[in-house]
Amino acid sequence: MSMHTEEVEQIDGATALTFTKVWIILLALTGVEVFLGYEQFATLIMLTALLGISIVKAALIIAYFMHLKFERLSLFLTLFPMLIFCIILMLIFLGDATRIPHMRPPL
Amino acid sequence: MSTQVAATASVWEGGRSPYAVNSKKLGMWLFIVSDALTFTALLFAYTYSRVSNPDWPKPFDFSPAIIFSTMMSFCLLSSSLTMVMAVHAMNHGRRKAAAGWILGTMACGAAFVALHLTEWIKLIKVEHVTPFSNPWGVPLFGGTFFALTGLHMTHVIIGLIYLGIICQAIVRGKFQAIDVEVSGLYWHFVDLVWMFIFPLVYLMSAKV
Repeated sequence: MSMHTEEVEQIDGATALTFTKVWIILLALTGVEVFLGYEQFATLIMLTALLGISIVKAALIIAYFMHLKFERLSLFLTLFPMLIFCIILMLIFLGDATRIPHMRPPL
Repeated sequence: MSTQVAATASVWEGGRSPYAVNSKKLGMWLFIVSDALTFTALLFAYTYSRVSNPDWPKPFDFSPAIIFSTMMSFCLLSSSLTMVMAVHAMNHGRRKAAAGWILGTMACGAAFVALHLTEWIKLIKVEHVTPFSNPWGVPLFGGTFFALTGLHMTHVIIGLIYLGIICQAIVRGKFQAIDVEVSGLYWHFVDLVWMFIFPLVYLMSAKV
């Protein structure tokens, strides 16, 4: 019986209680985001705060709900470093976006 | 004989499973990575358009738009929890319970789509926003908004169909726990994408 429980534990990695806790944390973070949305911060500070919270939420979903925390490290290393690197490469374009408004000819 | 050789060959020769995951799961992970790049590209296109247009509109009132989108986040997060429970039940061999949890997931997903469509219809009918024009004079707003949220909603609808197929099959005794887990991976990914669309598209454009 104990053997069976151990096997099941290994398959699931975590218990239903852990998942419920993660769900509550995710809901709380969403609440914080909505609250921040109505605070009068500068756009850049707000964007940084919202993106930061979103990345934490994404990490929680990937680690617990998508089970990556309980997979082999090799799977994570194959999938994620290159994904993150590609996403960071896309930032190259954003410098242009800030210049465009100043380059428009006057109407 | 051949399986024995495969089992004893070195990792570099592909003899052992280097990731120790089912091939279906690895396939879904690879799809998710590529799909994540699609959504990232769209989110960057949206950010680019927004930064290059200083007069970007902020049309989302607290009621109903922000309340609706917060409820939509709640629906998707809860559907992720029920999906985890479905995988949990299936791993314990409880097919009926798993099917019930999947139906719960689908109900949350359907609620998401219903709320989202209500939101869209209001934008189109009342505010006269289309993908090509809007009353605020920044046509890119509609283009990026409908492209991003539309592609996401398409993913949710495909997810509903996918889960429906899995659900009816496991009730009839087909498919294994791994199939439920792989469909769960897809569903959590759809949830994950919304975690970025919600703050970037809705909260950053809330009418204060």
